Amino acid sequence: MSHFFTYAILTATVATALGLATPFLLAALGETIGQRSGVINLGVDGIMLLSAFATYYTALQTGNLFFAILVGMGVGVVMGVVTAFISVTLKAEQGISGIGIYLFGLGFSDLLFIKLVGTPLPISSLNPINIPLLDRIPAVGNMFFKQTILVYLAFLLVPVVTFMLNRTTFGMKIRASGENPAAADSVGVNVARIRWQAVLIGCTLAGLAGASLLLFDGIFQENLTQSEGFIAVALVYFGAWRPTGVMGGSVLYGLAIAVVLSWKSLGIIPLSASDLAATAPAVITVLALLTVARRFRQPAALGKPYERGG
Amino acid sequence: MHMNLVKRGALVLAAAGIALGTVAYASGASAATRSTTARTGLSPLKVALVAPSATNDLAFTQSMYNALEVLKGTENLTISVSANEYVVSQAADIIEEYAHEGYNLIIAHGSQYGSIIEALAPKFPKVSFAWGTAGSTFGFKNVFAYEANSNEGGYVQGYMAALLSKSKVLGICGPIATGDAKLYVDGFTAGAKAAAAASKFKVTAHTAYTGSFSDDSDMATCAKSFVSDGADVLTGSSQSVVGAIGVAKSDNKLWFGTQWVQSSLAPHNVVASQVYNWAPVLTQMFTAIRGGTLGDATYVIGLGNGGEKINFNKGYNLAPAVKTEAEKLIAQITAGDITVPQ
Amino acid sequence: MSRASSLVADTWKDRRRFLLSWFALPFSLVAALLLGAVMMLALGANPITGYNALIVGAFDGSYALGSTAVEAAPLLLVAVGICVAFRANVFNIGGEGQLAMGGLASSATALALPHLPSIALIPLVLLAGAAGGALWGAIPGAFKAYFNVNEILSTIMLNLVAVQVMNWLLAGPMVDKTQNSTYGLIPETRLLPKASWLPIIVPNTQLHLGVLIAVVVAVGVWVLLYRTSFGFRVQAVGLSRDASKYAGMPVKRTMTLAMTISGAMCGLGGALLVFGSISHRMVTDGSLTGFTGSDGFNGIVVALFGALNPLWSIISAFLFGGLIVGGDALQVATGVPADMVTALEGLVVVFVVSLEYMRRRSRATSLGPPGRSRGRPPQVAEPVPPLVAAGERSDP
Repeated sequence: MSHFFTYAILTATVATALGLATPFLLAALGETIGQRSGVINLGVDGIMLLSAFATYYTALQTGNLFFAILVGMGVGVVMGVVTAFISVTLKAEQGISGIGIYLFGLGFSDLLFIKLVGTPLPISSLNPINIPLLDRIPAVGNMFFKQTILVYLAFLLVPVVTFMLNRTTFGMKIRASGENPAAADSVGVNVARIRWQAVLIGCTLAGLAGASLLLFDGIFQENLTQSEGFIAVALVYFGAWRPTGVMGGSVLYGLAIAVVLSWKSLGIIPLSASDLAATAPAVITVLALLTVARRFRQPAALGKPYERGG
Repeated sequence: MHMNLVKRGALVLAAAGIALGTVAYASGASAATRSTTARTGLSPLKVALVAPSATNDLAFTQSMYNALEVLKGTENLTISVSANEYVVSQAADIIEEYAHEGYNLIIAHGSQYGSIIEALAPKFPKVSFAWGTAGSTFGFKNVFAYEANSNEGGYVQGYMAALLSKSKVLGICGPIATGDAKLYVDGFTAGAKAAAAASKFKVTAHTAYTGSFSDDSDMATCAKSFVSDGADVLTGSSQSVVGAIGVAKSDNKLWFGTQWVQSSLAPHNVVASQVYNWAPVLTQMFTAIRGGTLGDATYVIGLGNGGEKINFNKGYNLAPAVKTEAEKLIAQITAGDITVPQ
Repeated sequence: MSRASSLVADTWKDRRRFLLSWFALPFSLVAALLLGAVMMLALGANPITGYNALIVGAFDGSYALGSTAVEAAPLLLVAVGICVAFRANVFNIGGEGQLAMGGLASSATALALPHLPSIALIPLVLLAGAAGGALWGAIPGAFKAYFNVNEILSTIMLNLVAVQVMNWLLAGPMVDKTQNSTYGLIPETRLLPKASWLPIIVPNTQLHLGVLIAVVVAVGVWVLLYRTSFGFRVQAVGLSRDASKYAGMPVKRTMTLAMTISGAMCGLGGALLVFGSISHRMVTDGSLTGFTGSDGFNGIVVALFGALNPLWSIISAFLFGGLIVGGDALQVATGVPADMVTALEGLVVVFVVSLEYMRRRSRATSLGPPGRSRGRPPQVAEPVPPLVAAGERSDP
């Protein structure tokens, strides 16, 4: 156990945790925006899978990682259109349509993977970018400032999204659409259009999340996400629909995974208990949620399609 | 309003369908047919392969699939493959289906399928079942077992790894501690320790089992944590190692592979791979089946009988001294001079 | 609009309402299959060969039918559980975990009581399975009812916990130590006592007693939902939590009970997976779906396609069971991976819920005069869950 508390291992664990947290954070931020506008999207995992495959395939064919990330985001946009159409225009039952998109993404991504990729080769990863000066800070430098660009982007998005939601007109419209769409409608907010936009942004971020996950793992496989998209949705509840809370949840979750894996590799967790230890992140989340749930309310119109004149 | 929405919906559906079709078609994939009949000479055999991962997994399943494909013509085989069957209960249904359809040989290529064979073999006495990698035929006359003494190649590679490692810290990522995976891990560790003893240095071999045959990202994270602990040579077993190889590639560490040639996954980082060649084992099985013996035999591949080979990656510049050492070891194991501990 | 043409228009709307409500579901399936055909074509496979193989593999001959029924049985149970939960407006996404817990509880029971005769052991293990699943459903149910924890979150988290607990138990305390240990231990239990195996009821097929049990249970739950006061309460709570509370119904208890029953059904499905299995052990490969085969999600699709009605779910389960069984035949015949079936399921779900909107619109239209105000009742605090409100489908 003392081995774990060495400088190298501790900093490496935290650094890994931030990398692991990034896909959760990106997807959860997107879902937050969507949910604040009143739309719940359970298909995030499927979108992440599709975009992860698209990123992988593009990277394999072109070798250009940034182009691959763009393609991954593009897949997110396309799925955002589909999701918005189903949830907002067709006013379908959101929780269930999300499960449908999940199943479709799960099956179709693997279908394409098996048929289109002859030999699955790992692709090159993003190079970490060391932030000059900051990366020299002892301990903290190694933990926070030697990450890849997607990690920085994800964490930078937190204040951006917070600002957008709380200080911009657009953000206000989003919140109004989620809390009281009838009132928003009466003052001239086009609720359907705002929700469309919010869902589009959300799914684009989900696409980015899929791309970042793929780049972290370096290769695609069936069910690459292993339900990460659902966990991201859960983290939105955990974070009480606030970007900072979501960030906290993502980091906590990432840390739990990283610590458990580190302890497993170091033998601190014996082989026989390693499966039990793997439940830690989920258990922690549920426990934390029990304490959080009482105090925060979900957006009042979450999950309810808005019908004018009804 | 109504009509428009219906029309819009239909249009979106059609557009989506066409888009999907165009995207996939543009990639120009073609489906491979799975069954072909071969030239006559020997009596035809219907062989089925049920495997837990894809036939192009560059590891476990690929080794068996390739061997079958190689033998298809000369052995007059009709082959049917059900890959990616990692849900054991569904694999069970498929194996029973094959048995019901009168296949001559059903290869259950995965140690997790053992209980299925144990249950089905007595129900279909005229069908030959082959189970690997494992050592038990359950005492049934229609069950073959096959295994790979992967500890032999593992030993050689572990020896090399210890010599090549600068930090003298090695990382071994196993899936589940069973079958040829466990053998390989044990052999690798033993080889590393032997090298350390012989050259009088200390070596640390970190070992961890991810708990799954199929989870790539678990393997990747396992490899990453070993790297952060100072490991500069990595190895692992099962079809999920592609995750770990990706880490070796991006962090520029060395990799030793097993089950199939893994050089292409990291052309400059893979030192060597222990390759399984199941063809001799399969040929023996086919001969036995044609002769009326449907089982009750265990086949082992090892360095000595050509079933296992160490494939040195040409893309990696291996120090001649290390290579010589390795070849010496292979010869000793082949001759039976060294028994590799299990 | 003249009187005549408005009459025609109304008749057309009525006919369309009829068409939509009755054909929406089959249409969803057909649309999904068509899209699937497009996908197969694009991947270079022949959809006619593919679908032919699928139908033959799933439905041609007694053996195939037996396999399909066996695949359908746990699906049906999960679907029945989903019907109960969704009717109470509780989204039980925890089928995967409840299946696992049911499997574990029933296996442990069988291993602990090897000397009991079939007549006692089989009901006991099935009950144990239901109990294990019930526990795993009660937890998120209580969390939602009493602590306002969103059930989507808690059920998903509990899925992950359950799978890992299962992996730990099957590789550790419950593992079969009599295995040949040179090569390590596969995560599976000892061979379960023969008295606990579900007997095959049609010789020369795989069809075992579990299929019958599943159908009987489905009918039982239908009775529970539509002929008992408890079922009435469940539906009332699902339609309007607040109104039910004002009417004096024990809302929290009802919700929790609904989730518990939902979990129990899935747990029973897990027991069926174990005791109807060919290898007569509980076994997994360490992956997330190694034991369940995603039945926790497939069951949701089945329930949706069965319009959240336990009786219709019987047909729906058989259909989707066939799709899954046929998917393997499809894979062998065309080289198109069986994941095609998962994608098709997703498409079916999407089409079903999308068409739901049009069904609602067309129903609303027929209620009042044409124009913007559709004559809908004022919006209540909780929305009418659209699928639940499909009143004309609840009593076949």
